[in-house]
Amino acid sequence: MSPRDLMGAALRGLTANKLRSLLTVLGVSIGVGAVIVLVAVGNGSGKAVQARLEAMGTNLLTVSTTGGGGGFQRGQAGPAAQQYSLTLDDSAALADKQLAPDVSAVAPVMTSSGATATNGDTSYTVNQVIGTTPEYMTATNTPVGTGASFTQQDVDTSQRVILLGQTTATELFTRPASAVGQTIKLGAVDFVVRGVLASKDSTGFNDPNATAIVPISTLRATQAGYGALSQIVVQAVDKDRVDTAQSEVTQLLTARHKVPATETSPFRITNSAQILQTSQDTAATFTALLATVAAISLVVGGIGVTNIMLVTVTERTREIGIRKALGARRRTILGQFLIEATLLSLIGGAVGVGAALIVTRFQLAGVQPVLVPSSIGLALGVSAAVGLFFGSMPAHRAAGLRPIDALRHE
Amino acid sequence: MAAESLIEIRDVTKTYGQGETAVHALRGVSLRVEAGEYIAVMGSSGSGKSTLMNILGCLDVPTRGEYWLDGSDVARLSEDQQALVRGRKIGFIFQSFNLIPRTTALANVELPLTYAHLRRGERRKRANRALELVGLADRTGHRPNELSGGQQQRVAIARALATGPRILLADEPTGNLDAHSTDEVLGMFDDLHADGRTIIVITHEHDVAARARRLVQVSDGRIVADEVTR
Ligand SMILES: Nc1ncnc2c1ncn2[C@@H]1O[C@H](COP(=O)(O)OP(=O)(O)OP(=O)(O)O)[C@@H](O)[C@H]1O
Ligand SMILES: [Mg+2]
Repeated sequence: MSPRDLMGAALRGLTANKLRSLLTVLGVSIGVGAVIVLVAVGNGSGKAVQARLEAMGTNLLTVSTTGGGGGFQRGQAGPAAQQYSLTLDDSAALADKQLAPDVSAVAPVMTSSGATATNGDTSYTVNQVIGTTPEYMTATNTPVGTGASFTQQDVDTSQRVILLGQTTATELFTRPASAVGQTIKLGAVDFVVRGVLASKDSTGFNDPNATAIVPISTLRATQAGYGALSQIVVQAVDKDRVDTAQSEVTQLLTARHKVPATETSPFRITNSAQILQTSQDTAATFTALLATVAAISLVVGGIGVTNIMLVTVTERTREIGIRKALGARRRTILGQFLIEATLLSLIGGAVGVGAALIVTRFQLAGVQPVLVPSSIGLALGVSAAVGLFFGSMPAHRAAGLRPIDALRHE
Repeated sequence: MAAESLIEIRDVTKTYGQGETAVHALRGVSLRVEAGEYIAVMGSSGSGKSTLMNILGCLDVPTRGEYWLDGSDVARLSEDQQALVRGRKIGFIFQSFNLIPRTTALANVELPLTYAHLRRGERRKRANRALELVGLADRTGHRPNELSGGQQQRVAIARALATGPRILLADEPTGNLDAHSTDEVLGMFDDLHADGRTIIVITHEHDVAARARRLVQVSDGRIVADEVTR
């Protein structure tokens, strides 16, 4: 029997029971589609996080303090915490080119949360009010969208000026651009809106646009008091100098705060490159998890193929008997059913790929999926293998029957 | 001593099941059939006729005994060689037609030709000719469920004849047919016999048996009479 005849016989077998074939195909296509789509979603979310982190700047260090060293007794924690809290002087020292040559920009940061901003009758609780210096905007890649940033002079003179995040500006003014030059109240104090920050993508659970930025001196005077800094943002001169910059910062702070050598450093320095690495690892795990789930659905689809082939073979046992009585060889029968099973899963695979190509063009759960070409090949290959593997068992059973036994089958 | 017979079975038994419930369908049957013979097999229901025929058609294997077909021991043929014998040397006509459902008459007749590795065009031609021969030239596109019993039987005959087998085995080919259709089928057998083919027909009807040249009578798994009638 020529391959074409075999194909014809297989196709006739499949079309004899269209609905059943269709449902089986559907099962496989869902499996294949799920593999491609979920892998693409995992990949897309990984890529998105990476892009955002890269936009944040990979040469960024964030210094914060853990409050006290590991070697402290409980009772001493209070004064110790104070001893190690970050100050504006620390920030100034880090900015010193002589002391830390690999640091290009330093911005002290103080935050106060839950302040209410009011514009006439409209009020809005700002997630986070950040008090800092103009360097913050460049170091953390937070550009001003409309208007302008405040200046070092504004900081020096504690000007009551404010930069609004997109969300804050929208909540207060509806049209963010119209906010520039207006006066709003933050708590009980009037602030002039200098500018509106460009929109930022979220890297976590919080809306990064629900913020406001004011000169650090103003924040201390009006909102937060003269406590310790929340953190110091440090920018390394170059991506490759991040590690040197980090050790310079550690050394300098350890010296300034007279941390004993026996103690673990109370300063926590997070490195954006490390965060990037961690999040990439997380994304890979996430993708693997999704792929596993999808693979399970592919296996379920395969079981569907086996099931249908078993039913088909049982139903057509008489036909198999007739074919054998007419001179069909074992391998011809085997070929026909194997091709049927493989066609089922290949058609399912093709449909699944097609559906996946369409689905991945849309955002899913806020993630823009990015196709992984190898996942398409893999899913198609697996679906063909599934057909061959799962189809072979019933096909072997059918082909092994003695003609008379097959003919007598009811 | 004549040359080797076309068909020769020696002391063939067929037992279904084991122990107390065993059914002895054949209890030692020996038979020689020369090429070109036209034989009718008769016997009461359950006497073992179909069992014998299935063994002759290589559809079943005997429990004991030998079967020599065209000079070779069938038991020693490989599975593929047996398939080849079924496809090329033997045309089998079943009592219950055994056409493949949802498949046209033409495709049914083409099937053994496909298994004989004939090309598509040649297959078409031969299948059409076989259907023409049985008077169904105008029914080639019909499926079995669109044909009468007599027509279905004729398709089955066309299918058995399509490969031009030397041996035609028919298990009650006219059992489901009326007098007219029976006549037509028997006429075809006469032609095939005249053409030199070997025909073995199982029947319950004496007028069918009367057309054959030799009558074999089976009773309770044994051949009880074997005579040349014409
Ligand atoms: N697969 C089987 N399993 C068990 N017993 C069987 C089987 N096939 C046939 N038999 C038994 O073997 C005996 C012979 O059966 P067979 O079909 O050869 O009879 P037959 O002569 O063709 O009868 P009929 O004229 O009714 O067709 C019967 O008693 C039957 O019950
Ligand atoms: Mg019978």
